[in-house]
Amino acid sequence: MVDITPADGIPPAEVAEVELYHPHSWWTKYVFSQDAKVIAIQYSATATGIGLVALVLSWLMRLQLGFPGTFDFITPEAYYQFITMHGMIMVIYLLTALFLGGFGNYLIPLMVGARDMVFPYVNMLSYWIYLLAVLVLVSSFFAPGGPTGAGWTLYPPQAIMSGTPGGQDWGIILMLSSLILFIIGFTMGGLNYVVTVLQGRTRGMTMMRLPLTVWGIFTATVMALLAFPALFVACVMMLLDRALGTSFFMPAISEMGEQLQHNGGSPILFQHLFWFFGHPEVYIVALPAFGIVSDLISTHARKNIFGYRMMVWAIVGIGALSFVVWAHHMYVSGMDPYFGFFFATTTLIIAVPTAIKVYNWVLTLWRGDIHLTVPMLFALAFIVTFVNGGLTGLFLGNVVVDVPLSDTMFVVAHFHMVMGVAPILVVFGAIYHWYPKVTGRMLDEMLGRFHFWVTFLGAYLIFFPMHYLGLMGVPRRYAELTDMTIMTESAHHLNSFISIMAFIVGFAQMVFLFNLIWSIRHGREAGGNPWRATTLEWQTPHTPPTHGNFGKDLPIVYRWPYDYSVPGAKEDFIPQNMPGTFGPSREPA
Amino acid sequence: MAVALVLVLVVVGSVLFHLLSPWWWTPIASNWSYIDNTIIITFWITGVVFSAVVLFMAYCVFRFRHRDGNRAAYEPENKRLESWLTIVTAVGVTALLVPGLFVWSRFVNVPSDATDVEVVGQQWQWSFRLPGKDGKLGTSDTRDVTSDNPLGVIASDPNGQDDVVVEAADLHLPVGKPVKMLLRSIDVLHDFYVPEFRAKMDMIPGSVTYFWFTPTKTGTFQVLCAELCGQGHPLMHGVVMVDTQQDYLAWLGQQQTFAQLSAPQQTGSADQAPGKTTASGLNIAAKLETVGSR
Repeated sequence: MVDITPADGIPPAEVAEVELYHPHSWWTKYVFSQDAKVIAIQYSATATGIGLVALVLSWLMRLQLGFPGTFDFITPEAYYQFITMHGMIMVIYLLTALFLGGFGNYLIPLMVGARDMVFPYVNMLSYWIYLLAVLVLVSSFFAPGGPTGAGWTLYPPQAIMSGTPGGQDWGIILMLSSLILFIIGFTMGGLNYVVTVLQGRTRGMTMMRLPLTVWGIFTATVMALLAFPALFVACVMMLLDRALGTSFFMPAISEMGEQLQHNGGSPILFQHLFWFFGHPEVYIVALPAFGIVSDLISTHARKNIFGYRMMVWAIVGIGALSFVVWAHHMYVSGMDPYFGFFFATTTLIIAVPTAIKVYNWVLTLWRGDIHLTVPMLFALAFIVTFVNGGLTGLFLGNVVVDVPLSDTMFVVAHFHMVMGVAPILVVFGAIYHWYPKVTGRMLDEMLGRFHFWVTFLGAYLIFFPMHYLGLMGVPRRYAELTDMTIMTESAHHLNSFISIMAFIVGFAQMVFLFNLIWSIRHGREAGGNPWRATTLEWQTPHTPPTHGNFGKDLPIVYRWPYDYSVPGAKEDFIPQNMPGTFGPSREPA
Repeated sequence: MAVALVLVLVVVGSVLFHLLSPWWWTPIASNWSYIDNTIIITFWITGVVFSAVVLFMAYCVFRFRHRDGNRAAYEPENKRLESWLTIVTAVGVTALLVPGLFVWSRFVNVPSDATDVEVVGQQWQWSFRLPGKDGKLGTSDTRDVTSDNPLGVIASDPNGQDDVVVEAADLHLPVGKPVKMLLRSIDVLHDFYVPEFRAKMDMIPGSVTYFWFTPTKTGTFQVLCAELCGQGHPLMHGVVMVDTQQDYLAWLGQQQTFAQLSAPQQTGSADQAPGKTTASGLNIAAKLETVGSR
């Protein structure tokens, strides 16, 4: 442990400030805005809107699974369209957009001490192209044949064949086009986030003084910039197969007694491209959640995050390793089974940095001063669900254990727990935490606690028992569970129970939405720093922060972001822009 | 403290659910009890870690909850503790990985006495092909698929003439004999999955994939397709019957070879093949009609 003087190492301003773009009208201020904070709200609102569609779709599929045969309008065709759109929306259009486009835009400039993103105009374009991608996606619900029902993995050849809903209609074309647009839009935003973190930091904000939120979003963005191109080319190639009759992914096929005009393509090539994107995608969602939850725990336990440097290297290490584990989604895909040895090893190695993060979160609680605020409750629930979902990953990552469990409800339960429930609990915690900064008012505490308990316990009751259906052998993506000899009567009852819990948890989200809207006007006034937090976004002269974020002078950073309960200091927190020493500060060098 | 109590209840509830709930795997009917054992090891290790982490959290939430005058400790790092935790985790992960890879090496190395059995998937039914007296399956090509040659066996290959073709009907296997399942599809991705055998593998049009197992119990087992293959996917059931050697030979004697099926007088016999798979295939076709007419 090194003792250092926090006032050390404040470099002089190297570059004079560049004048910001200033809006001249209502339209350029609130609609075609170049202010990252407004763009963040636009991203978040759009993602929430399309997320509600995904929520309704999940209810529809749970209606079918919980009460089979009761709802005639849920045909197998419709069911597959529901699961496909639910999955795609949740992973890409909600979670990726919300964490990077929403939280990234709002928090990066404020937390690194910048007035805005480095390229505000490109940032604006990024949102509008994202909106276009969402609209194209939504349009597929109204297209002839409806949206694609190929599953969110869109595996060819079935994705573009007539046996799959939307395969020979508009569904798959609109889906692929929407993804291509999304990736173009994301790339514009992503380059912005990376350059802003690298070049836009204020004086004294070294990389090792960045809050972990920024580290998480930054690393996830770098990963996304490397991973999305694989999905991009896969989409373009499939679009060519579908529209022009090429055979990138299409071998010779005899469909319902008819020979198709394809030959020589490789379906499994698509799977490699998809999962080369798809596995990093899991961490593109998880790393921002890791970062944010670290800051929530530290702030609300009034204690520095334990092992900051280890946390940073774990984030970077997980990000790097996640590019060499993709084929663990393909153990039973028919690829050469000897790949299994390599990918099982890399996959289980990734458990080590991940476990370190968990230890450091719980060791931050150890000897803390834990305030059980709503954000803290969500952070605690995140740890529970993330540990649970992460540990079931050790089943599926261990190649031979994956053989019976792959493609069953065990997988569905696992990935919902680890990359659905856990990150979304962080999203909620983060919203309760930063809402006061965005609006100047607190979200209602009572409604928040109600929302928390129903969401956490309800989601746990949905997904924990679901693992055991998978263990029994119940396959995923079955629109009908009729005539299944392996399923006992009680297993069907369990499905009904899970469905009922899903409706209850969904209802609690309506309470949350009400809280979001109601509190804008009626919430308790928050003041500038209601949580007594150290990071720069809480030190702005105005709340909500105005255009340019920090008023006349940018803040100068003197210390790391976790000076909570420093011995000798009067308050139990010292903001990052506070100069001077307070007793023996022990910021890790 | 309510929160700490709920965290404890989550652990206790999860463990009790695991021990007491009626939902568990089906009785195993193959040699892959190694896989079940690996799952049990994994349950033990992960269960202990989950309980330890969440109970520790519950303790922290109770013991270090905010009270007036409390102040948190200030301890940015503890290299010793962090190193120890890293080492313990690495050991735990190794304890999972080593038995896993050991069993995997058995899974991928097919014993030399295993008999070839071909499974052919198509939307939405299962067909099978067994080698004839020569012990060899003839080569096949999707481009050779016709209504008279539903599996696309290459007619010019002499090895294929005596192959036993079981179209859209039940597969029988003799108990206690290792089989290498050669998996093929003529249209889209499918996955041959029998929960009781604990094994599955995708079928890819244009490739032949495989896995092997030894049936250890006689009886009737349901085949499920485990790769989303279109609207008929959930009804793409099949049947594997594991017979005694005697029953198996009796069944085999009633089957027709590729040469017999290709003979002119035999055309159309495939349409009469009995079995529920065909029936459900027809249901699906009917369902597709109604869907298409909407």
